[in-house]
Amino acid sequence: MINRKAAAVAGAAALALVLSSCAESERESDGENTDTDGAATGAAGDGSGDGEMSDATFIFGAAGEPKLFDPFYASDGETFRITRQIYEQLLDFEPGTAETIPGLAESYEGSEDGLTWDFQIREGVKFHDGTDLDAEAVCANFDRWYNQTGAAQNSAVTYYWNNNFGGFADQSDRDSLYESCEATDEMTAQVTITRYTSKFPDILAHGAYAIHSPSAMEEHDANNVEAAGEGFTYPAYATEHPTGTGAFQFAGYDQANGTVTLERFEDYWGEKAGVAEMVVRSIPDEATRRQELEAGQIHGYDLPNPVDWNSLEEDGNTIEIRPAFNILYVGLNATTNEALLDVNVRKALSHAINRDQLVQSQLPEGAEAASQFFPDTLPGYNEDLEPYAYDPDMARELLEEAGHADLEIEFWQPTEVTRPYMPDPASIFDAIRSDWEAVGITVNPRPMPWTGGYLEGTEQGQAAAYLLGWTGDYSSPDNFIGTFFTQQDNAFDTGNYDFADELTDMLVEADSEPDPDAREEMYKEINARIAEDFLPGLPISHSPPAIVVSEAVQGLITSPLAAEDFSTVTIDE
Amino acid sequence: MTKYIVRRLFQAVIALFMLSVLLFIWLRSLPGGPVSALLGERSTAADREALERALGLDQPIFVQYWRFLTRALSGDFGTSTFVAPGQDALQVFLARLPATIELSLFALLIAVTLAIPLGYVAARRRGRPLDTGAVMFSLVGVAVPVFFLAFVLRDVFAVNLGWLPASGRSTVGINSTDVTGLFVLDGLLTREWDAAWDALRHLILPALALASIPFAVIFRITRASVLDVLDEDYVRTARAKGLTSQVIRGRHILRNALIPVVTTVGLQIGALLAGAVLTERVFSIRGIGDALARGFEQRDYPVLQVLIMMAALIYIIVNLLVDIAYAVIDPRVRAK
Repeated sequence: MINRKAAAVAGAAALALVLSSCAESERESDGENTDTDGAATGAAGDGSGDGEMSDATFIFGAAGEPKLFDPFYASDGETFRITRQIYEQLLDFEPGTAETIPGLAESYEGSEDGLTWDFQIREGVKFHDGTDLDAEAVCANFDRWYNQTGAAQNSAVTYYWNNNFGGFADQSDRDSLYESCEATDEMTAQVTITRYTSKFPDILAHGAYAIHSPSAMEEHDANNVEAAGEGFTYPAYATEHPTGTGAFQFAGYDQANGTVTLERFEDYWGEKAGVAEMVVRSIPDEATRRQELEAGQIHGYDLPNPVDWNSLEEDGNTIEIRPAFNILYVGLNATTNEALLDVNVRKALSHAINRDQLVQSQLPEGAEAASQFFPDTLPGYNEDLEPYAYDPDMARELLEEAGHADLEIEFWQPTEVTRPYMPDPASIFDAIRSDWEAVGITVNPRPMPWTGGYLEGTEQGQAAAYLLGWTGDYSSPDNFIGTFFTQQDNAFDTGNYDFADELTDMLVEADSEPDPDAREEMYKEINARIAEDFLPGLPISHSPPAIVVSEAVQGLITSPLAAEDFSTVTIDE
Repeated sequence: MTKYIVRRLFQAVIALFMLSVLLFIWLRSLPGGPVSALLGERSTAADREALERALGLDQPIFVQYWRFLTRALSGDFGTSTFVAPGQDALQVFLARLPATIELSLFALLIAVTLAIPLGYVAARRRGRPLDTGAVMFSLVGVAVPVFFLAFVLRDVFAVNLGWLPASGRSTVGINSTDVTGLFVLDGLLTREWDAAWDALRHLILPALALASIPFAVIFRITRASVLDVLDEDYVRTARAKGLTSQVIRGRHILRNALIPVVTTVGLQIGALLAGAVLTERVFSIRGIGDALARGFEQRDYPVLQVLIMMAALIYIIVNLLVDIAYAVIDPRVRAK
């Protein structure tokens, strides 16, 4: 049954493609013999009325394919890359930065206690199914998020809600940040939250909180997520009918070729997309992506290997370097190595790392050694802190003092992975390992595949030392250090240390401080205490991830969050 | 013959059952699991536990296996966790099968049409430059890793010369109507010549890369086999009887020399499936091989189970067909 249905859909899609290409060629020939074919000219008239509109296709090479097209159920970058084009949120990011700006809400205002927020909804916005955006539609989205049931409540499905808002309506044992949403007039949505947090409303700029068309969600049963065997099944809305307000609308997912096609939404409220079509092709192999770009088959791809940057540029491509909004750190965990309970041992490990050399030799241009766990673009970054000085003698001394001159440590190495903050894990690992060995530490390397035990093992506290990192989701210090250290049962197992409660209290207090200036000072203080007194892990570097596009591509604005809006792209061929 | 086939099929069912048990236990003994892939890098221990509970991964392995088996017998092989999240694992296999069949068939076609005549000619001219050259060439075919060959072929023919596309199965926007899922065949069947030509162009480089190993193996077996047959008494007798060289070549040499070649070709189909893992990965062809590689990376148990079981089934069937072909070519086998 499913089989036949799938075949029918595929067949219809293929037929549509054939028909549309026929239509296209008719249009082209119309241009040549004017006046002969009235009907066809009429059909073509829609497009040509705009004159300037390009009919170009922008083809982008992605390393993986999207999981689905409903961003509320997503937590992976490949999904967000596509849903970012289809959907918009109440709030958005200033192009090129992580700053929060108005989105579908043209203005917003919070009550004095920060609990009640009025969002003034933008007029004249249409969903791709032709329905209008209003305050009711916005509240329908909040209610949908809060009222998820069953399998959809699992954080494998609703990661961001679980982590940002907490519980769901029918969970009496879990607090939720969300209280209610009410349409106080046609274009005003009033959202109430249960406690003050510095994250709100900034989190609403994240792609997971995209506003969907309520009618499309109802028509395609959007909330029907089920646990089946070892995975989850998603409704047709999430796989075939995503309906937002963005500059592109969903045109189809060709599974046989691994291509997602988006087309320009002609009724878009803002500046219309610069290309008629955007195609995202999944090309898992890095060398293939590069050769496809060189062969002119794609217009760009994400995360080019830093060793290729020069040759790609020499070939006339543009390497766009995003501002670094991430942190690479060495995670430490005293659960399996008690020596790490001594802060002097942790300091010794930090002093032993030659960060400057690591940054220069292993990381791309623009990378910086890190002094704290978040980048300097966030409020609360402490300018007074310096990265731990490279001082092997001091490291040896500290180890001696701690009675661990013969320290032995198991150091986990991630394999089969590259991350924006860690373009080449093997070389970074080797550099740190040899720095540690240089001060007399016995390092036992433990290589392990990223999803073949690495993430699981580090999460469960099995790794005494390991490499991991983080890219921010939105503009908030809490999204970095709050996520790492507020819970004590974290990958660092901070619960092992005597400072655990103090650190948690400081983080909760700072997050609950409504006065931005006071809050900034509090985060500065926390950063200083983490670096100087607590040192639960070792911040290493911030590295700028890059994106490469061919000469023909103009107008791309990169985002430090890798949340590029491709509607500004034009193809100049 | 029927009894023979029935017995072989029965053996196949037992073998598949045993494979399913071993595979199930082995996959779950690997570090990591679908939970990591489902949750991503930002999960907490609590998330992990909740997910394992929700999916029944906290149950003893034999309970899990029993659940898998009972579901599988009713046609439900589970839901993909990574390769095509949310899709039925069997559907993933079926959706990806045509790409692999098309690629493997084309590669096999290249290998066979080049290797058998070349093997025959080389054997007939043993020790002469053509023979030496062909042997060297086949050595290179075995020795060069498929991914390296793929990279070089692509760099030369796609990037530098621009003659052929670098990866994928078709150009964006050029698709034929879906009939069989084999793009070239579909294009021909529906008379969408552009689409057929486009799909064929996409097939050439990956099929050449994939053909390198079976080509070398089939060439060497053909050459060795023909050499053996040339020394046989019946060939000498045939010559002595004054039969025309055409008859000797066709009826006596080639026919007898082909018996081991047919077996080899059959076995090479298994090797092709294995080779497809790398080739599909490097050329971004979304077939079984690519699904297998991605499934392993992210521990997509349901997809791996279906793919490996089905690959085993195909292998068993191919072997059965080879044995039947053997019986047809060689009367001695039939007599047994």
